[in-house]
Amino acid sequence: MTPRRQRMLVVGLVLAGVAGAVGLSLRAFQENLLFFYTPSQALAGEAPAGKKFRLGGMVEKGSVRREPGALEVRFDVADNKDRLTVSYSGVLPDLFRDGQGVIAMGYLEPNGVFRAEEVLAKHDENYMPPEVAKALAEQGHPVQTDAAGPSPN
Amino acid sequence: MWNWFFKLASPPHFYALAGRLSYWLLVPAVVLLAIGAWGGLVLAPPDYQQGDAFRIIYVHVPSAYLSMMIYVTMATAGAIGLIWRIKLAHAVAASCAPIGASFTFAALVTGAVWGKPMWGTYWEWDPRLTAELILLFLYFGYMGLRGAFENLTQADRASAMLAIAGVVNVPIIHFSVIWWASLHQGPTLSKLEAPSISGDMLWPLLTMILAFTLFFLGILAMRVRAEVLEREVQSRWAEDVLRGASPAGVNS
Repeated sequence: MTPRRQRMLVVGLVLAGVAGAVGLSLRAFQENLLFFYTPSQALAGEAPAGKKFRLGGMVEKGSVRREPGALEVRFDVADNKDRLTVSYSGVLPDLFRDGQGVIAMGYLEPNGVFRAEEVLAKHDENYMPPEVAKALAEQGHPVQTDAAGPSPN
Repeated sequence: MWNWFFKLASPPHFYALAGRLSYWLLVPAVVLLAIGAWGGLVLAPPDYQQGDAFRIIYVHVPSAYLSMMIYVTMATAGAIGLIWRIKLAHAVAASCAPIGASFTFAALVTGAVWGKPMWGTYWEWDPRLTAELILLFLYFGYMGLRGAFENLTQADRASAMLAIAGVVNVPIIHFSVIWWASLHQGPTLSKLEAPSISGDMLWPLLTMILAFTLFFLGILAMRVRAEVLEREVQSRWAEDVLRGASPAGVNS
């Protein structure tokens, strides 16, 4: 084996070794890497009980109820199976609206309401002028948002 | 063909070539930057959800793309230097690091500025954001490691190894939004389907990506030129250059 071949092999082995190690540890920590849980996962008891976690899903259309004269707001967050009511008191981000993907940080209260301490809006990868979005909606093809992200396995 | 290749890797020849090259890269870069900025900031319509705030993508996306592309360039150059013992390749790798770190920083800052009004937070320990931050630390680690050696050959070899090991992070950054539930949205351009951005917003973005890439290559040529001169400062041709004469043995 020529020295050059040997060096090539060393570089290849280092790369394969690091890739393998990182790949295995990412697999092992898959659970902890979950940025958020969907409502159906939270209702199935997969989210950590009695601890803070993030809940992600779509704001159910027409479910946003504001307390008059206060920052208190309640809305339902849904995935394609279940929904959870979220209560929150504070300023909501610009992108927060009906049908928008959101991520709420907080905990599940015993009465089944998710008490959020922070609400983040998730946006989608589609960029278009308002007229195009309107035209799409009129033709009955509203923008397909994938705001709930990939379903974690 | 090989002859040409060996000539290219010879420091005095490369020094002369890189000087002309940087000029021919930076001039079109500035022109395209102006066209892309005009297209993105003036001609492109506002987004249906984000309004004018979406225009940050004309800086954010090219910076983020370059932050990863430069890392791969750096690691590849390091591997070539390590395997074929080409000093010029090590000079290229060393010159990549500060440029790459700057683009990584730009991507993180523009993302944070946009994230506050849109997401509701400057920073979140989301897989995509965290992996990009690790990339910044890899660049810092690479530069720090180089600085820790007195001996140039040792610095070249050790830092090349670090660059090669760290390249694993690049696919993690790219696929983080696909593999894990993430706050950051999925890819708009780099996927097999058609880009999910309307045409009048897309062309300024592509122009900006091309302009940023040419800018990087132009700056890289300038940096490698300085790096080669510094490494060869004892040699005859470098002495000629520093005295203001054209280097001997170069017929340009």
